[in-house]
Amino acid sequence: MIKLKQILKNRFLIFLGLLAFYGIIQILLSTNILNDYYEINIVLMGINIILAVSLNLINGFTGQFSLGHAGFMSIGAYTSAIITYKLGLPFPLALLVGGVSAGIAGILIGIPSLRLKGDYLAITTLGFGEIIRVIFLNTEYVGGASGLSGIPKYTNWTWVFWMAVITVVLIRNFINSSYGRCCIAIREDETAAESMGINTTFYKTLAFTIGAFFAGIGGALYAHNFYIIQPETFNFMKSFDILTMVVLGGLGSITGSILSAIFLTFVYAVLQDYAALRMVIYSLLLIIVMLFRPEGLMGTKEFSLKKLFKKGEKSSEFTVN
Amino acid sequence: MKTFIEQLINGLSLGSIYALIALGYTMVYGIMKLINFAHGDIYMVGAFTGFFASTYFHLGFIPSLLLAMLVSLILGVTIERVAYRPLRDKSKISILITAIGVSLLLENGGIILLSPQVRTYPQIFKQHMYSFFNGIITISNQQIVIFVVSIIMMVGLQLIIYKTKIGKAMRAVSTDPDAARLMGVNVDRTVSFTFAIGSALAAVAGVLVGIYYNSIDPLMGIMPGLKAFIAAVLGGIGIIPGAMVGGLLMGVIEALVSGYGSSLYRDGVSFAILIIILLIKPTGLFGKNIREKV
Amino acid sequence: MSLLSIKDVSIDFGGIKALIDVNIELEKGSLTGLIGPNGAGKSTVFNIITGIYKPTSGKVIFDGKTISQKPYNNTKLGIARTFQNIRLFKNLTVLDNVKIAQHIHVQYGLFSSFLQYKKYLDGEKSQDKQAMDLLKIFNLDKHALNLAKNLPYGEQRRLEIARALATKPKLLLLDEPAAGMNPQETKELTDTIRFIRDKFDITILLIEHDMSLVMDLCEDIYVMNYGKIIAHGTPDEIKKNPEVIAAYLGEEDIDEKEILSIEGGA
Repeated sequence: MIKLKQILKNRFLIFLGLLAFYGIIQILLSTNILNDYYEINIVLMGINIILAVSLNLINGFTGQFSLGHAGFMSIGAYTSAIITYKLGLPFPLALLVGGVSAGIAGILIGIPSLRLKGDYLAITTLGFGEIIRVIFLNTEYVGGASGLSGIPKYTNWTWVFWMAVITVVLIRNFINSSYGRCCIAIREDETAAESMGINTTFYKTLAFTIGAFFAGIGGALYAHNFYIIQPETFNFMKSFDILTMVVLGGLGSITGSILSAIFLTFVYAVLQDYAALRMVIYSLLLIIVMLFRPEGLMGTKEFSLKKLFKKGEKSSEFTVN
Repeated sequence: MKTFIEQLINGLSLGSIYALIALGYTMVYGIMKLINFAHGDIYMVGAFTGFFASTYFHLGFIPSLLLAMLVSLILGVTIERVAYRPLRDKSKISILITAIGVSLLLENGGIILLSPQVRTYPQIFKQHMYSFFNGIITISNQQIVIFVVSIIMMVGLQLIIYKTKIGKAMRAVSTDPDAARLMGVNVDRTVSFTFAIGSALAAVAGVLVGIYYNSIDPLMGIMPGLKAFIAAVLGGIGIIPGAMVGGLLMGVIEALVSGYGSSLYRDGVSFAILIIILLIKPTGLFGKNIREKV
Repeated sequence: MSLLSIKDVSIDFGGIKALIDVNIELEKGSLTGLIGPNGAGKSTVFNIITGIYKPTSGKVIFDGKTISQKPYNNTKLGIARTFQNIRLFKNLTVLDNVKIAQHIHVQYGLFSSFLQYKKYLDGEKSQDKQAMDLLKIFNLDKHALNLAKNLPYGEQRRLEIARALATKPKLLLLDEPAAGMNPQETKELTDTIRFIRDKFDITILLIEHDMSLVMDLCEDIYVMNYGKIIAHGTPDEIKKNPEVIAAYLGEEDIDEKEILSIEGGA
């Protein structure tokens, strides 16, 4: 059993570590050692981490296979853009509203669809994602097919870094709580979970909503990074992109999602002008991972520095299982 | 009235194509409980094979069609062999992810090999309109070809399934693979055969679409693939007549939505149909409910 | 006072009558056996009690309340079960299996989970302690951090019982707890079941094929055949009941089944 003091000390050290990392990158960016090209891609890494980790909560931890993440992302992107660009309100509010509206959409879509299982759920969420896209496509207020352009650029390293940290910490904490364990139990055996007193519909919807909320935040950060958003940006290919990150990193591993989001964003940056080649690589990754390492790079395990330093010693503070 | 009938005929033509693709989905689902996401892309490969056969090798309609069927058939069987078979006893989700991977691979591989440009399909049948009842019903010779070929294919499929030994094996495997195996059915061969037939039918759809719309591109399989899947679900997935009826219904609904509403809503309506059917009667129009054993 | 009463329950599955006018009364603190040949409807009774199936007619009263059609609500009322074919959370640790079952008694809210307040830390600490205490009773504490799937068969059965007890039930339903166990393990299981009945002060209903276990353990026995209760009484009464003998002789392969289950067939 770890003492409370020890826990607080660990948390403080982790915070210091994050602060140092943030500071170093910030200095490199402001002195232009890392130029704009790097900044764009570093920011994109952060957004992708948010998207991948939040999808992993739904697909990996709760075992409810969703293919509609881009839909929630687009709701966050559009609502936040309305808040800042159309209404002229501050960015933090836009982030919050973007997340909350995506979360509400998560509840509305989750309640009916989560009765379905496996591939039926997958195709239904894909359908909902596409319906959201078609709605934006036909809404003149947000520019229809040509989209919204002229969105102010508020997203920067600071915002992305701390939002990614908050996302990861909150989702990790949720997973390590009794509520998160209910979600994992549903993934393992829904009938057994229900007979342990777990209201499976509630917890599936909960995970779905939390995932959608953070996807909305990711979308809001995305919208305020690229000046323009279009319905086409958020089609189901975008959902497949995020899915690739989750599958490659491991369904059920937060650190896996983080690592693969970083890696795949890197691949994206290198192959920016060769979109088809990039997608060929993504698709081969999906196939090869499923054939030879279906659990992904990390499986359901978590990478932790502590484990690396003190090999063999069991730690209940920084591991999921 | 005239527009309605016109849209109805357009819808039935499009619907026949959806039905041909939907048959592949429904047979594969019936036999391995897998949504073969790559099926729409097999249809694309069929369309391109037909295109090359008639444009560069100057083959006629029937030889082009047969060649397209053969190429798609080999592709479908290979995909099953390489990507799906090793995962057959793994979770459904891992096969689904692999299928998504295969689909993305064919689409983007297609873009790299064939270039993303839209190709104009050769006019194998010079368009000619036939008019009946003082022009209330007009139908093109291309539409007639679509109907005739689709009907031949569907009747042929029924014959294979109900009159041949392999068809009996297919029905057995789709009812209970383990029992079928115990009864001496070669399950691997039956699954391969199912993929072969499904892929060949998709190729037929691909060639017909090329003739009908005159244009093809490497991403042409995505939307029709999804819609044909919706058609299969609508009719009751795993049920062959269901896929036919579902396909025709989807085609007609789409044509009517484009004719009377906005074509921008067309895709949305298809997905709305999918969601409504899954939420209200997931077994589809022709399906029976089954109770899960605890 | 009776804890559970099943009153005139019948259930139809598409024309097939799986249960016909079943009446069962369980006294508080009793240890009751439900036996009968395969397909007699024993598991259906369990599925009715836990709310998985809805009776076509009749009702089930538990602790003065009609049971719900949602299994998780019945767990909250105080009904816990094990499964005929073990359904542990195989890829999770033994400890997590138990902690998941403690969920309905969890002390901290969603908000403090997100922020890991002191309330969360204390709650987790007391959950850990309670779970370990429970595992100790079943002699599983040394495996707490092993994955459930890596336990030997007999220990998996015990873990399933421990997990069910973690929900703090008033009524524990055991579905063939001795299936696949050897005589030594069965003997130990008998002692464990008796022990938990006394220690946790709960009522137990068990389905079992192993006659010696039921006769040895249960004070009260219900016998089913073809969806009906054909006999009810003490072990001695049941042994002499001609209808029961006929039902079992009619099946003849009772010994064979026992042998099969010992060999791990189940």
